[in-house]
Amino acid sequence: MTVGLEHYLTVGAILFALGVFAVMTRRNAVALLMGVELILNSANVNFVAFSRYVETGIEGHLMAAFVIVLAAAEAAVGLAIVLAMFRNFGTVHVETVNRLKR
Amino acid sequence: MSENAIIYSALAILFLPLLSYAILFFLGKKLPRQGDWLGVGLLGITWVLALRVFAHFWGVNDPGYAIEANLRWIDLGRFTADAGILVDGMTAVMLVVVSTVSFMVHLFSVGYMHGDRRYERFFAFLGFFTFSMQGIVLSNSLLFLYVFWELVGLSSYLLIGFFFHKASAASANKKAFLTNRVGDFGFFIGILIFFTAYGTFNYLELFAAMQIDPIGGALLTFAGVGLFMGCVGKSAQVPLHIWLPDAMEGPTPVSALIHAATMVAAGVYMVARLIPLFDPSALLVIAYIGAITAFLAATIAVVKTDIKRSLAYSTVSQLGYMVMAMGVGAASAGMFHLTTHAFFKALLFLGSGSVIHAVHTQEMPLMGGLRKKMPITFITFLVATLAISGVPLLSGFYSKDAILGGALAFGMTDAHYVPFILAIIAAGLTAFYMFRMVFQTFMGKPRDEERFAHAHESPWTMSVPLMVLAFLAIVSAGWQGPDTGWFSRFVAPYDLERIVDEHAPAGLVAGGGHAVEHHAPAAARLPNEPHDEAAHGDETAADSGHAAGPAHGGPHGDDAHHDAHHDDHHAVHHKAHGLAMTMSIAIAALGIFLSWLTYIRGSISAPRVLARLPRVHHVLQNMYFFDQFYAATVYRFVLWFSWLNGAFDRIVIDGIVNGFGYLTRLLSWFSGLADKYIVDGLVNGVGAVIQGAGESVRRVQTGRIQTYLVYVCFSVLLLVLVFRAL
Repeated sequence: MTVGLEHYLTVGAILFALGVFAVMTRRNAVALLMGVELILNSANVNFVAFSRYVETGIEGHLMAAFVIVLAAAEAAVGLAIVLAMFRNFGTVHVETVNRLKR
Repeated sequence: MSENAIIYSALAILFLPLLSYAILFFLGKKLPRQGDWLGVGLLGITWVLALRVFAHFWGVNDPGYAIEANLRWIDLGRFTADAGILVDGMTAVMLVVVSTVSFMVHLFSVGYMHGDRRYERFFAFLGFFTFSMQGIVLSNSLLFLYVFWELVGLSSYLLIGFFFHKASAASANKKAFLTNRVGDFGFFIGILIFFTAYGTFNYLELFAAMQIDPIGGALLTFAGVGLFMGCVGKSAQVPLHIWLPDAMEGPTPVSALIHAATMVAAGVYMVARLIPLFDPSALLVIAYIGAITAFLAATIAVVKTDIKRSLAYSTVSQLGYMVMAMGVGAASAGMFHLTTHAFFKALLFLGSGSVIHAVHTQEMPLMGGLRKKMPITFITFLVATLAISGVPLLSGFYSKDAILGGALAFGMTDAHYVPFILAIIAAGLTAFYMFRMVFQTFMGKPRDEERFAHAHESPWTMSVPLMVLAFLAIVSAGWQGPDTGWFSRFVAPYDLERIVDEHAPAGLVAGGGHAVEHHAPAAARLPNEPHDEAAHGDETAADSGHAAGPAHGGPHGDDAHHDAHHDDHHAVHHKAHGLAMTMSIAIAALGIFLSWLTYIRGSISAPRVLARLPRVHHVLQNMYFFDQFYAATVYRFVLWFSWLNGAFDRIVIDGIVNGFGYLTRLLSWFSGLADKYIVDGLVNGVGAVIQGAGESVRRVQTGRIQTYLVYVCFSVLLLVLVFRAL
């Protein structure tokens, strides 16, 4: 059996679903960020896969590299926010951080 | 002096005191010596000018000579009014009287008011008072007469209440003002009647119009009595004399001014000036009121112990004389007495002021023996007393005698003896109470040693006016009885005929109104007399030649008939004057003698006499119960009427107003309800709906980012499905 585009896409879809599921359900801010990371990476898988099978060139690879950089920046900012959150509220539980709502 | 010079002098005489008032009122406090020199100086100039005008008229020697100057003041098409002045002999005399007395009072006040807190204000008010009075004197129309008349009322109010911190002074000036208002009311009605009838306020035009077209009988009497009511108020005649004694609350120089030259003289002057406007019935009223006033006031003066109040009643009494003189047809004698009286009564008041200044009391029983301490005051006071008592060779004798002669002549020709009898008794009483005053104040032993020890002669500013006035009290009548003497240069004597004609039995005045036409034209056209025009046709024609001048034209012996008539009157007059002179000398001597017996020799004991006549004493002490009478009737009526009006106001007017208020409130309440439930309901309803909607929509916004994510995911899924289906 050859590994084709469908397989990559499937993996990407599963990763995306898992990421979305994590973002939707987890209450821990760190876990949330991890979910976001999964979603981004599922997109990366798709980019690379489409780049390999559909279009010859390195646009897909380029986009993947961008996304990785972006993810790194996002993780840095996100973790900094989480850190600040923990310093101020003593928790990283997103449900309890609702001061603006009140 | 040319006519223009006289007009300008007269205007200066009028306005210089006003200038003094204006400057002192606004700048008095800033001037050195508080500006008293300014007031005195301006009055001095006024005085000199008045003397010049007087001298001119002395030279002219014609009572009918009059100068008039007019300025159009109001021009409303059909209604016009002029501001103008009229200068004739009578005016000239009055100008001198007013400015002399005012000048003396100013000078006297420098000493008397020294150290007063409102020193400069006092001089300002004196100037204003003088201005008002000169205005009355100079005015040539009833309108301006009335204006200045009221200004005199105002300035007397200001001066009587000068010591307004004293409750008695404050109520005295109110009383003076209100009492005068009563008289002024009648005065105003009189003026309006004449204006309605002739459409002019000008004296000379009125006099001329009166001759051509006299107004109806009863109306003329009514108008005359109305005018006279003004005099009753201002000149303090019974029954409106009550304010004058209370006006003694003012400073003594003010009393001198009010009693001698201004205010009270205004009423007499007004009647004399307007004498052609009075018909015989009105004049009869005037004669009786005057005589009654003269008598009543003299009797009250006898029992008063307050020196100023006694003098006040003396003034009322003397004013009664003058007014009576107007009524009995001796108007010139009345004016003559006004002139001489001004000097000696001012002197008496200033003298009493000097005494009060020295002993600090007004009660005569606390004085006595002051002649040694105050020789100048004593001698001048004595001169004035002799003059007012009617001792021959002094001014008062001649003028009073002219009045008494006129009254007696009136009685002899007209059978109205009552005025003369009352007047002659009052003359005796005058001599009695005036000497009582002198004896109690200056003679005998001091009754209060402490006060006596502090007494002293007054400074020169106070004694010089006394001496000047004493001089005038001696010489001002000249020495040419039995008529009005030099005064006839200024005011024509004899107006008797016009009254005699009306009242005399037919036999006495042969020829009836025939000759009178020439003598006193205004009166000859008496409307209530059945006037036979056909019979008098020729006289009417001749008459119009005299129409322009004041009514008392002198004798014009142009036909034999007239001469005979004139001589007839002259004889009556002559007889009356001789008789009156004898009687007045006798009764004055009797009064002085009785006074001497009572207060010097002590052969008559005043307390014992009074004890014999308790009723009389009681009545006199209470001044004939005039005040009580007014308290019981007028005041009570006014209070009741005010209460009634108040009740009407409270019940009816307030009821209507409150009713409207209640109605408005009710309507507002309904309107409020509508507003609250309908308008507000709508507004609130809209709000509530929006709020409810917002409330329900709000639930979607949970603030949980994950929930939003769920929405997003499912929305995207939904969209995918939908687009798929398409």
